[in-house]
Amino acid sequence: MAFLTLEGIVKTYGTFRAIDGLNLEVRHGEFIALLGPSGCGKTTTLQSIAGFVQPTEGRIVLDGRDITHVRPEQRGLGIVFQSYALFPHMTVAQNISFGLEMRGVPKAERGKRVDEALDLVRLAGLGERYPKALSGGQRQRVAIARALAIRPNLLLLDEPMSNLDAKLREEMHIELRAIQRELGITTILVTHDQVEAMTMSDRIAVMQKGRIVQIDTPFEAYERPHSPFASAFLGKTNAFAGAVQLRNDRCCHVQVHDTLMHVPHEDRALGNDVNVYIRPEKIRLVALGSGRFPGRVRLRVFLGNLWLMAVESRLGLVHMTLPNLGTPPPEEGSEVGLDWSDDDLRLLDREVTHGQV
Amino acid sequence: MHKNGFFSMLFHALFVTFIVAPLVVVMAMAFTSKGYLSLPTEGLSLRWFRALADNQEMLDAFTLSIKLGLASATIAALLAIPAALAISRYDFPGRGAVTGFLLSPLMIPSVVLGIAFLRFFSLAQIGGSFWALTLTHVIVVLPYALRLTLASTIGLERDIEHAALSLGASRWTAFYRVVLPRIRTGVVGGWMLAFIQSFDELTMTVFVATPGTTTLPVAMYNQISQTIDPLITAVSTVLIVGTLLLMLILDRMVGLDRVLIGEGK
Amino acid sequence: MARYDAERVGVAPWLLSGPALLVFIALLLAPLLLTAVLSLNLFSDTDGVVPSYSLGNYLEVFKDDYFHEIFLRTGGMALAVTVLCVLLGIPETIIIARMAPRWRSLFLLVVLGPLLISVVVRTLGWAILLGNNGLINDALQALGITDQPVKMLFTQLGVVIALTHVLVPFMVIAVWATLQRLDLQVEWAGLSLGASRLTVFRRIILPQIMPGVLSGSIIVFALAASAFATPAIIGGRRLKVVATAAYDEFLGTLNWPLGAAIAMLLLLANLIIILGCSKLAERRFKQVFE
Repeated sequence: MAFLTLEGIVKTYGTFRAIDGLNLEVRHGEFIALLGPSGCGKTTTLQSIAGFVQPTEGRIVLDGRDITHVRPEQRGLGIVFQSYALFPHMTVAQNISFGLEMRGVPKAERGKRVDEALDLVRLAGLGERYPKALSGGQRQRVAIARALAIRPNLLLLDEPMSNLDAKLREEMHIELRAIQRELGITTILVTHDQVEAMTMSDRIAVMQKGRIVQIDTPFEAYERPHSPFASAFLGKTNAFAGAVQLRNDRCCHVQVHDTLMHVPHEDRALGNDVNVYIRPEKIRLVALGSGRFPGRVRLRVFLGNLWLMAVESRLGLVHMTLPNLGTPPPEEGSEVGLDWSDDDLRLLDREVTHGQV
Repeated sequence: MHKNGFFSMLFHALFVTFIVAPLVVVMAMAFTSKGYLSLPTEGLSLRWFRALADNQEMLDAFTLSIKLGLASATIAALLAIPAALAISRYDFPGRGAVTGFLLSPLMIPSVVLGIAFLRFFSLAQIGGSFWALTLTHVIVVLPYALRLTLASTIGLERDIEHAALSLGASRWTAFYRVVLPRIRTGVVGGWMLAFIQSFDELTMTVFVATPGTTTLPVAMYNQISQTIDPLITAVSTVLIVGTLLLMLILDRMVGLDRVLIGEGK
Repeated sequence: MARYDAERVGVAPWLLSGPALLVFIALLLAPLLLTAVLSLNLFSDTDGVVPSYSLGNYLEVFKDDYFHEIFLRTGGMALAVTVLCVLLGIPETIIIARMAPRWRSLFLLVVLGPLLISVVVRTLGWAILLGNNGLINDALQALGITDQPVKMLFTQLGVVIALTHVLVPFMVIAVWATLQRLDLQVEWAGLSLGASRLTVFRRIILPQIMPGVLSGSIIVFALAASAFATPAIIGGRRLKVVATAAYDEFLGTLNWPLGAAIAMLLLLANLIIILGCSKLAERRFKQVFE
């Protein structure tokens, strides 16, 4: 039984359909990420759940109660806003206490719960500061504490990390994930950052043009994307355009330029225009003469933990990443061999309007 | 933010009525055909605008106010540009005091300024001339010119002038070709606001105006103090329409919100 | 702020601001000082200004009931105007801020535009509206609300109404400026924590726009207390305020030293209100805002 259900949600602004028939079922205690580019409707979806946006069609059911038309102040959800939306004229403690006060929690109890919330986000002792005296990371913790202090049964996170620098963001991903696990609170995260979505969530809902096009665990979504869009959005990939030449019950043979690629566990009609995909980290560099075919290193960039390579080959430019194992890979201009395992190839029908691959 | 509800819109309608009512009434009454103050219930008439065109006193006052506005706004702008550059570019001791001093006429009641100028002119024996009047207006309107010019010079990137110098421009060329175009809207906006303030100034001018230097607001005030007739509503209508036109130009060029709201005070 | 602090400062800023400073010293500072001196002189009907120095004029203003009444009336009316501007200006500014962008700029123009139209013209409009045979009285009588015209012209009520009209744009400007700095998501944050709309306004929005309301109130009060044209036209000869009283001493009875003393008191009161209240407000909000 789903804890939160979105049923056929549509939101139109004039002729623009911001949400276009969206369905989603979230289990109790689950962490779901709504992932997509700007304008895909993910924020509008979050705001519909929060009650700030009234859906044109559809139903929202939370814990068995239809909340589609419930006023936002009566939904009892915890929300962490992109700008944090801290009340600048109140201290940290007053900010956190505000929601409790609105619920008529007695004063002594409020103080206790404010302290608990501050402990939870590791800000004990900063209750008397004003928001402007805090760093960006601290402000975000206050926003989280304020949302959690009312003990909501659903936590909504609206791009909560977009105002933090990269290093702090990574720390907060882990920390927020730990808090969410500890409290077991059902959480929905809106983000355009695939790393954020993967680090924190149990399942990722990839959104495109107001719909969810795929919902899977991070690993499944990354390994088996259902569409070129999902494939591209969940990390870098190599795409080779071709047509199906041969098929049998175990695999498809796809002609890409003058090379035949064997894609197992796939079935397509003969002559279909398809793309063959392989992630950069799945390609191996081998000695010249061995592997599938030769190539020439065009680009070699050191990223610290990784080497980023581009190799010119019969398939065109092939992008790959190699872990930094201590020895630098061959220099730019070197002749090398390329290899991969056929199990790592993916096949998707070419979309008519696939701009980005 | 939330949308406005029914009561908000009702309040808004009443507020807007409150704001525009006196102006609309003045304009309506200017078109009466009667000899006394009344709404033009029997058709529109330009009678009082023709009367205005024949009223040499008002026309002279109007011309004087235009000249006064042009002269004082221009002098104020010429003084304000270098002052604004000094304030925004250099961190010199006394910077705050200089700024405060040059903006101080905003905090001095116009009546007090009028009295001070009157006393000064009577001692210095230079009252009653156009240029004496112009100088008093320069004092009153300079803060407006300075504020808008400052708003544009403070936001000015120091790098663009350095870039010009590094490309071989002289200091003057760098100012003329790079800095001035970047602060032009502020300067022009400040000039126009200064012109309007000078053109509308009454309280201070009432003290220093002489029969030979009666500005339009002073002439109108003198007239209204005696009697309100349709002629004065005709003058007002011309002023309202003229100001609206200037406002549109100002809005197009600088953005009226920037002129009026500026940095908030 | 991009300041050229790396450059040698030297005399450059003084050369640049010099012309404006010289004009201001000669034509602002000197006249004000001369007026301050004048306020210490005495006046006699036969000899005019007598060059002897005393605080006699100030004592006269402090002792005379006539001046007490004028100062109290001026302060009372300025206070009433300020309260009205707060009550009208805050809601209107918030309403405008909530409008769609094109309506917002249109109505901002409608509400603030009158600032650029001559005070004489705006006051004239109210003189016409408020008169015994004016439109408001015609309407009241036509609606049967009153039989007799309500006397509004030449009354404090009339002056307060007209001054509110003249000064309310300043309140809108001040509130608007703080409203622009407001993070709009705080409203949603308040709702999501369970606060009603009224509570959100009272506890979250209002405290944050308070600095704007305060600075707007200071401006409105100062301008209302020193207003001349509107009280002179709507209030008439008998309903005097400080500014018109000073005017009469100067151009009517020609007692310049007394007029100068009134002017100095007005200036002093003005500066105390503007600078004092601003300092107070600054200290109060410094902790919270920058």
